[in-house]
Amino acid sequence: MIQNNRLTPIQYQENFSDIHPPYENITAAKVDANRCLFCYDAPCMKSCPTSIDVPKFIKQIATENIKGSAHTIFTSNIMGAGCSKVCPVEKLCEGACVYNLLEEKPIPIAKLQRYSTEKAMANKWQLFQRKQSIGKKVAIVGAGPAGLSCAHSLSKEGIDVTIYEKESKGGGLMTYGIAAYKVTPQFCEDEVNYILSIGGIEVKYNHELGRTISLAELQTNYDAVYLGLGVGVARQLDIPGEDMDGVVDAISFIYHLRKNGYPSVPVGDKVAVIGMGMTAIDAATQAKRLGAKEVTMLYRRTEDEMPCTKHELDIAMLDSCEIIWLAAPKEVIGINNKVTQLVCSKMQLGEPDASGRRSPIETEETFSLEVDMVIKAAGQVPFEHLITENGITNNKGKIVIDKNCATNIKGVFAGGDAVNGGKEVVDAVQAGKDGAKAIMAYLNIA
Amino acid sequence: MADISSNFLGIKSPNPFWLASAPPTDKKYNVLRAFEAGWGGVVWKTLGSQVKNVSSRYSAVDFGGQRVMGFNNIELISDRPLHINLKEIAECVKLFPDRAMIVSLMADNDKKSWHEIIKKVEDTGAHGFELNFGCPHGMTERGMGAAVGQDPEIACMVVEWVMEAATLPVITKLTPNVHSVVPTGRSVVKAGTNALSLINTIQSITGVDLDTLVPNPYVAGKSVFGGYCGPAVKPIALKFLTTIAQDELTKKVPISGIGGISTWKDAVEFMLLGASNVQVCTAAMKHGFRIVEDMCEGLNNWMDEKGFKTLDDFIGKSVDTITHWEDLDINYHHIAKINQDKCIHCGLCYIACEDTSHQSINLEYGKPYNKYTIKEEECVGCNLCMLVCPVDKCITMEEHRVAPEYVNWIEWQKRGLPLNDH
Ligand SMILES: Cc1cc2nc3c(=O)[nH]c(=O)nc-3n(C[C@H](O)[C@H](O)[C@H](O)COP(=O)(O)OP(=O)(O)OC[C@H]3O[C@@H](n4cnc5c(N)ncnc54)[C@H](O)[C@@H]3O)c2cc1C
Ligand SMILES: Cc1cc2nc3c(=O)[nH]c(=O)nc-3n(C[C@H](O)[C@H](O)[C@H](O)COP(=O)(O)O)c2cc1C
Ligand code: SF4
Ligand code: SF4
Repeated sequence: MIQNNRLTPIQYQENFSDIHPPYENITAAKVDANRCLFCYDAPCMKSCPTSIDVPKFIKQIATENIKGSAHTIFTSNIMGAGCSKVCPVEKLCEGACVYNLLEEKPIPIAKLQRYSTEKAMANKWQLFQRKQSIGKKVAIVGAGPAGLSCAHSLSKEGIDVTIYEKESKGGGLMTYGIAAYKVTPQFCEDEVNYILSIGGIEVKYNHELGRTISLAELQTNYDAVYLGLGVGVARQLDIPGEDMDGVVDAISFIYHLRKNGYPSVPVGDKVAVIGMGMTAIDAATQAKRLGAKEVTMLYRRTEDEMPCTKHELDIAMLDSCEIIWLAAPKEVIGINNKVTQLVCSKMQLGEPDASGRRSPIETEETFSLEVDMVIKAAGQVPFEHLITENGITNNKGKIVIDKNCATNIKGVFAGGDAVNGGKEVVDAVQAGKDGAKAIMAYLNIA
Repeated sequence: MADISSNFLGIKSPNPFWLASAPPTDKKYNVLRAFEAGWGGVVWKTLGSQVKNVSSRYSAVDFGGQRVMGFNNIELISDRPLHINLKEIAECVKLFPDRAMIVSLMADNDKKSWHEIIKKVEDTGAHGFELNFGCPHGMTERGMGAAVGQDPEIACMVVEWVMEAATLPVITKLTPNVHSVVPTGRSVVKAGTNALSLINTIQSITGVDLDTLVPNPYVAGKSVFGGYCGPAVKPIALKFLTTIAQDELTKKVPISGIGGISTWKDAVEFMLLGASNVQVCTAAMKHGFRIVEDMCEGLNNWMDEKGFKTLDDFIGKSVDTITHWEDLDINYHHIAKINQDKCIHCGLCYIACEDTSHQSINLEYGKPYNKYTIKEEECVGCNLCMLVCPVDKCITMEEHRVAPEYVNWIEWQKRGLPLNDH
């Protein structure tokens, strides 16, 4: 049965509390900070898409220069606070920490980063001084990580920025997509406000490109336009029964949860989640935390090819989600248009495909799972229609940009998920920085 | 099992580890606990003139997350009544007859005071005296402590008074607040002291509080120079010790080594450089008396591994390896070598050498890991990379003599060999 309000308020609170608790105090942070070797040309820094000077900010914690530490982080990554909670660090900075080569625990870089950035946010330290307005105006579409990062970089240089955002809150998927036990709604709101506190950035919420505003208007009214609108809904499975009641899209499921609060979100007794990316993990674990009795994750390939990290998989397993490898959905069966079963094909691995991953091939065998809810998390689909309609060159909806972050339309730039099809927050932040730099060059600002 | 028992001036103790004259030895309660824990002996907290202490008294230097790398204090000698100290000393000697009991003294600067106190202490059954010529604060202003140790003539005079009255062995404790400890050392040996001990604490300021702007330790808005000790002073203590162990006159008497000893390894180093036994204060103040267990075991295991049966087998063994700079062999050369299997690519060797030494390490860019190799022709063999490398034995220094023959600086000049080659 699919139903909401399965748990008590206390249970919800426990299930969605922070999975990585912060340091209690400076002494605790310094124990780890002092372990950092202060590597030169540090592997951790090279593995961060925004190139945060990790050894430097950690050293600054060790010297109790927390303000300096936060400044180091935010200079490279204005969402350094959020990133410290949502980055898959085990494949980024922490994965590269040289301690791994000694078979020792890496420095908890994210936790240290959280320490400094949270202090900065809590104390509302204004670490950047916006230059005086130089009279140039840039419009940004989307107040997600890419848009906010681009806006902050531009505003710092004295450019007046207006962000058009279709939702009523900023943060993009940080606010509406990422698992609630990683970031709370309050945190997302605080982070957006902290970024905007530099001044010079106006956000027009509830303004949607293609509905309430047009690209042409933006081009006329602004010196340049940056598109950071992310990607849209989850990919269709294209199997019979997909439109039955009880089949939901992971993005909408999480969006509902993040926007309307946990008790209001309906969840089944037995839930199947299709996919093994970050979104799938988030959907599965959160379904479980909302009170589903059984959650089974299905993936077409094996653990070796899965897109999520081992760490994420562990979270799902610790939440006692079942995992079935080499299984693809074939048909959804139901009674009275309500899901009762999911029929799956057993797969086997064939030759490596273009991406180098071995592609799954259907076998004759099938099996079926008794379920009352199916969550689809097999990748997201870009806003192909909107983009094509505006004459922007794209690749199956992913905006095509040149090395200067420029689209085929003069003065229109893009970055983030809208271009890469869906990566991480940290990639979007870097894209926003790159976009700002390109726009500055386009506007001939040194 | 090696024999780690010690005999210092005929004073026997089951091991060479004594507690230095300081708070750990200032009353019966502590001393009994120390003996129960296994310490070989104690030098009782200095007795003498009557004093009054202030609050606070200690401060420390922390380094890289480690507490108390260096320690300082502005305490004076014992502030307890003399008769209680004497009674407790006698009780401790009775309860632990196999341990060494030395009593530290600092009387007022006149013969009578010294003779009186010596007489009183001899009645307790203690085994010897240590003369505190080293305390660098509080007592110096009154012409005592370091004020005595800094002036060879005054020191000589006081030792002569002491030797007139003492029937027990006398150790004179030297102050490091001098450019060389040898002059005072020589003068007190001439005056008849039976042994020397060193070092006492070094005048210091451990730091300034960045909120109050007053240095540490804080006493009602002021501070004073305090005596520095703990791990940070060990290298200085070893240097002073070696000068005493090498001087023709001072080397004739046994030396008790003090200053920054925290482990059996530190103790062995002092003994290799001429100390017959060692004394410990700060390490015990930081960790308690239990540290002596590992000191004994570690010393024992090391002696077994090296084949030393008794302490005398290795005491002083390294003294002669400290030579004059101009006697060093210029043809000796060694070159750093990085073991690529151990290297964790932290780049610390590279940046140290590149920024501050001889640009002798090559960086081959990689993502995320760079590869570092030694440019053998450039390396001067300074050791810097090896010292900063966080991985044990990852960088080793390989011998590459320039020529087989020993040539020192004097000879080098005589032969007009090339200079300034790097
Ligand atoms: C379920 C899920 C879990 C994830 N978990 C993680 C994680 O743990 N860690 C991590 O690093 N990344 C995670 N990601 C990825 C991460 O959220 C994205 O990579 C990142 O948010 C991309 O930033 P963006 O600014 O490009 O796009 P978005 O965050 O999508 O922001 C785009 C913004 O544009 C707005 N917008 C869209 N269309 C219009 C329009 N027409 N007009 C006006 N505004 C518009 C949107 O409302 C949104 O605010 C996850 C993603 C999902 C879906
Ligand atoms: C708090 C304190 C008080 C001390 N008091 C005395 C003293 O009364 N007499 C003395 O000879 N040395 C005194 N010392 C010096 C120690 O005996 C010892 O020489 C010095 O601390 C160096 O040894 P360490 O590095 O093991 O501490 C004192 C040291 C400290 C820390
Ligand atoms: S790689 Fe690890 S030890 Fe080196 S600087 Fe980065 S966090 Fe510190
Ligand atoms: S310091 Fe040692 S571990 Fe680090 S790069 Fe150099 S050789 Fe390798």
